[in-house]
Amino acid sequence: MLRMIGLRLALGVMTLFGASVLIFAGTEILPGDLASALLQNNATPENLATMREQLGLDRPAVVRYAAWFGGALQGDLGRSLASERPVAGELAPRLRNTLFLAVYAAAIAVPLAIALGLMAAVWQGSVFDRGVNMVTLMTISIPEYLVGYLLMKYISVELGWLPTLANVTDDTALGERFYLTLLPMLTLVLVVIAHMMRMTRASVLAIMASPYIEMAFLKGIPKWIVVVRHAFPNALAPVISVVALNLAYLIVGVVVVEAVFVYPGLGQLMVDAVSKHDVPVVQACGLLFSSAFILLNMLADIAAILANPRLRHPR
Amino acid sequence: MRLYGHRVTWPAALGFLIIAINLFAALGAPLIAPFDQAEVVCDAWDEPSASHLLGCDNLGRDLLSRLLFGARMSIGLSLLITTLSFSIGIVTGFTAAIAKGWVDAALSRAVDLMLAMPSLIFAFVVLSVLGTDVAVLVVTLACLDSTRVFRLSRALAMNIVALEYVEVARLRGEGLWWIITREVLPAARAPLIAEFGLRFSFAFLFVAALSFLGLGIQPPDADWGSMVRDYRDMINLGISAPFWPAGAIAVLTIGVNFVVDWLLAIQSRGHGENA
Repeated sequence: MLRMIGLRLALGVMTLFGASVLIFAGTEILPGDLASALLQNNATPENLATMREQLGLDRPAVVRYAAWFGGALQGDLGRSLASERPVAGELAPRLRNTLFLAVYAAAIAVPLAIALGLMAAVWQGSVFDRGVNMVTLMTISIPEYLVGYLLMKYISVELGWLPTLANVTDDTALGERFYLTLLPMLTLVLVVIAHMMRMTRASVLAIMASPYIEMAFLKGIPKWIVVVRHAFPNALAPVISVVALNLAYLIVGVVVVEAVFVYPGLGQLMVDAVSKHDVPVVQACGLLFSSAFILLNMLADIAAILANPRLRHPR
Repeated sequence: MRLYGHRVTWPAALGFLIIAINLFAALGAPLIAPFDQAEVVCDAWDEPSASHLLGCDNLGRDLLSRLLFGARMSIGLSLLITTLSFSIGIVTGFTAAIAKGWVDAALSRAVDLMLAMPSLIFAFVVLSVLGTDVAVLVVTLACLDSTRVFRLSRALAMNIVALEYVEVARLRGEGLWWIITREVLPAARAPLIAEFGLRFSFAFLFVAALSFLGLGIQPPDADWGSMVRDYRDMINLGISAPFWPAGAIAVLTIGVNFVVDWLLAIQSRGHGENA
């Protein structure tokens, strides 16, 4: 089992390394030259040459990659082209905000999705089951910003219960923070909950069809105990991987939700940097988002190995 | 109602209806739209009236006309992206399955790596360097999306190339292109069509999200995502303009998903059954 987990960890590290190469290659080797993009109309040959030297573009790509990735591992992410300040310093508070929002949403969404999924499985075919099914099918297709604006319109503008914008600063108190980010959190929860809930229901129902469950029923065990004690543990592996996949999705969904509520997070920083061609910031944000994504996928696989004894031995 | 011998369920019929209305709006925009998309015809945020059915936008342009022209941009671009991504994905996927060996291994590992990163983030990285030109947008999104088409078409082709008639074609000395288009593609058509719908709705949402973030279609062209962006501040004033384009995005996505569900249900039942 340890060997399997070790293999998966090694694969994760390799993927992370590959992702960093891709991010770097995406910004450096593509035909668009950063120097000419930055200079635009002032791109005389002399200006271009100076700019290239300033940006270090005159060095070979491999050397620049090694310098960039080596620096990133030690927490040095270079300097922003727009503000000329170190990227790491600008990133840190944004990263904290984004993590806060994502963890807040996950802490509500995961238990709720699993509970709803279990309930739908227990009362399969009931009004509750069909109702939840219809609602989640709709929310899967609706873009995040529509959910966000609908909540904003009805909850904050018409009812006036919550603020429309989540403008937190570094010295916002924790309680205030929970209050300000309630609406973005709700949006994220609604967006990710549907898939998680449906998968929980589907995997529990798939297990419910097996003979040992029928045996448990024939022994006269109450239905909810059969579901919770007999079916759920075996359905756990697929559920865990769906949860992790959705959390990885949450990391990306955060970008759009941040834009809706003008929340000062990592996503907003990255979007701004993209429109300003601020490549060091884009690279750093891209690396962070990708690491979170890869890490969650890796955790999903490891959790599945732990939850399912059959996966513990290589085939 | 039946279509090619399969009963059309009511969600599927609704889906077809939604798609038809959207296609009609997209194709006929210049004919049915009362005004041009960039024409200033009234005051900013005029209430809906008989001449402006949905009211006016921030610059006094007719909202309905912009919505119709926006359909053109959003749906046309997504179709273009999906078609391109399918061309790339099917050719590389089938090639990997037919050639096997190192070609397959190299392509598969490259795709695994691309799929290990969130595609929105990777798109950001590329767009930050190349700028938000429509051509750049289409090619980038098509390449990113083709990784998923590659996965499916490789898996499909793996089963098909093992069949005798493909072996016969190979022994007959047919080239790679012939085997891809004449032997493998017809057999893999049904699941690929369902996947096309799925990938279309994904590309559609992706373009809309990028435009919403200000990194997709640039003004003055109307597109549903950027319309939501332009009108979003009005929610605080109780104007519901952003909900028209945002709602249109959601409705079309739901319609496409209904049809895809129906197609997948037909396939899982197999052929020749009427149920």
